Amino acid sequence: MAANMSACLLALHRCCQYPALALVARRQWSSSPAPPPLHRRLLLFLTQQYSDIEMLISWSSRRTRKQLHKKNVYYGYTESFYGRDVASAYFVLRMKGTFRYVGQSEWYGADQRNKLGLFEDWEFLNYKERQLEEVDLSDTEINYTGLSNIEVQRSLKTLKVSHCPEVDDWFLEKLHIFEDTLEELDISHCPRITIGGLAALRNLKGLKRLNVSSLAKISNPGLVIILLEEMLPQCDITATGYKLDLDPVMDNEEEEEEEEMEKEKNLFQRWR
Amino acid sequence: MLPWRRLHGLLRPVLGAPSCAELNRRPCRTSGWFSTRSLSSGKPLRRDIFKGNKKAAEALPGSSWTPFEINPGLPPEMSDIVIVGGGVVGWSIAYWLKKKESRRGGVRVVVVERDPTYSRASTVLSAGGIRQQFSLPENIHLSLASADFMRNINEHLGVLNEDPVDLQFNHSGYLFLASEGVAHIMEENYKTQSDAGAKVRLLSASQLKHKFPWINTDGVVLASYGLENEGWLDPWMLLNAFRRKALSMGVIQCHGEVTDFKYSIQVLRNADGEEVTLKSVKSVKVQMPNSLEYQPVECAIVVNAAGAFSGKLTEMLEVGVGYGMNEIPLPVEPRKRFVFVVHCPDGPGLDSPFLIDYSGVYFRREGLGGNYICGASPEESKEPDVGDLEVDHQFFEENVWPSLASRVPAFEKLKVCSSWAGFYDYNTFDQNGIIGLHPNIRNMYLATGFSGHGLQHSPAVGRAVAELILNGKYQTLDLSAFSFRRIMKQEPVMERNIV
Repeated sequence: MAANMSACLLALHRCCQYPALALVARRQWSSSPAPPPLHRRLLLFLTQQYSDIEMLISWSSRRTRKQLHKKNVYYGYTESFYGRDVASAYFVLRMKGTFRYVGQSEWYGADQRNKLGLFEDWEFLNYKERQLEEVDLSDTEINYTGLSNIEVQRSLKTLKVSHCPEVDDWFLEKLHIFEDTLEELDISHCPRITIGGLAALRNLKGLKRLNVSSLAKISNPGLVIILLEEMLPQCDITATGYKLDLDPVMDNEEEEEEEEMEKEKNLFQRWR
Repeated sequence: MLPWRRLHGLLRPVLGAPSCAELNRRPCRTSGWFSTRSLSSGKPLRRDIFKGNKKAAEALPGSSWTPFEINPGLPPEMSDIVIVGGGVVGWSIAYWLKKKESRRGGVRVVVVERDPTYSRASTVLSAGGIRQQFSLPENIHLSLASADFMRNINEHLGVLNEDPVDLQFNHSGYLFLASEGVAHIMEENYKTQSDAGAKVRLLSASQLKHKFPWINTDGVVLASYGLENEGWLDPWMLLNAFRRKALSMGVIQCHGEVTDFKYSIQVLRNADGEEVTLKSVKSVKVQMPNSLEYQPVECAIVVNAAGAFSGKLTEMLEVGVGYGMNEIPLPVEPRKRFVFVVHCPDGPGLDSPFLIDYSGVYFRREGLGGNYICGASPEESKEPDVGDLEVDHQFFEENVWPSLASRVPAFEKLKVCSSWAGFYDYNTFDQNGIIGLHPNIRNMYLATGFSGHGLQHSPAVGRAVAELILNGKYQTLDLSAFSFRRIMKQEPVMERNIV
């Protein structure tokens, strides 16, 4: 029965082809005017409405980007009033980081915050000519643009930017501005750093300590660490949180760190 | 009850106004009246009839149904802008056109690429470097703008619900070495580069030895080393990112070859009484791959981004031959360049920059396993045949290896693992890009002749061409120095390179 029917349909189909030869072949993006029926136009209208949701999402992501940019913007206004060093210090404090002045032992910004996370001690405004020696910007949203705020610190010895989601290869490349002074760099747990950025650390020939633990995007950490040690021979490189194939026995602590890394990776992906 | 109701239902619209009796009944029956109507057995029948009508209507002209098996890859019959060449420059122009259009779907852009596998495309066969160390301010600004684009690539080319773009960018700067004869050029170039805002540093021979102990500094007087925004990337990733974003924005992609143009000719007379021909392209004939099928695409503007084959494309318009004898042909031709992959375990490793020696030899690291990519430009008189993409291994033995090994002694011991050849879109006039309108063709924009730096300049060039098309003038970067005018006036804009 079915075969009979299909044969019948085939014959019909073949029949249809002859008159159709005279017709204009129409195709996907044909531009000749043929207004679609009303309900199809309505549907089209609705789909266009739904793409507004897409627009909304892209709008919100643009807004987040704008906020990030705002946080990392160059503090030219502060600089014009108080000078470059105060602007750098103010930037670090606004990013919720901490710093230490040259020749001082205590860190500034660590416990001068109130419950809202705002700092209350505005003493740093008086130190116009005092340079920063150590800067800790861990767990902040500093990015490539924000680095221009501390660019002027010519005696910076330590920079810590671990757990920073916005620190990427371009950030590492720009670190050559501290090449004469920088001795310690902590870029652990930064999910966007790849081997391409680590190669740029070759400009920091004065580096003594480097922490590259748990970089999620590095695929073969064993080789990378060896190459880094070759590139920076006088530097002490710390690299934990990697599952190196050379030692099959893994400590619990390492496992935990591994999990943490995995979590971070997921978080990063979701955050993207 | 039912037949009566059906009759009543049929009669109702005919009668128009409800009868008196019905009006009296209405208050208590309103809800029931409409709910029982859907039970009518006539409706499915009617629906079938409509279906048949619909089928009949679809077969009529003016609908999308057809009994023919239609090639879905055919381009549209009409388009605002046709971009010939789906390389990285072509897709970049397409992206920027869509980005700059005033409203969604404002311009219809078709990109025609003849080879979807990109097996002969210059884009993917390049070494993928980006540098700021040029001598022309325009080129330096193009590189800076492109580097800025690549830094924020996910803001520009990120697509919703897709993976973020990863260019595999390697931040290792370029290192140019200069001999005594060309050191003064390097110094001048350094000045231009610093003025333009590029972060470059000059190194003396001893500083060079200190910074890169594995280099043999014999004969080197000066070196310049790029600190920021230089390195190399995966060309395929950049190309795909551009393509993915442009497609998501509504650019139409078509795999076919442009074999002919339909154009009109206008003959004008200039002030000296000479005849000047002005052509304007009406449609582009796109031939489908492996078939006789073709489609003329009517268009307002053609963009020639065909890279190495863009000279051939303008030849189809008979520029410089026949009727247009006094027209100037596009001075772009393919030139073959070899790239060799060598394995050298004792090489400089992660430390290696993109080194360019004054002898013309270059090398860079490839991956982490001790592999390096190297090559050189042949002499003008010894240009290889461009008919195929065969690699001349003699070239490595004679021209590349000796210079390479004398510069970096570790390369005395190496093994050639692989090699390939690619085309440069070589501008025989002055080895720089040609951007803008062709003087004899009213609606063909050129974006070609980059002679090896098309990939690194593609984001900024795409933006410039889109500005030229949509705004009529450059808005961000003034590239009028790269217009065709310089070829008409015979004033080459040369890059003063040390190589």
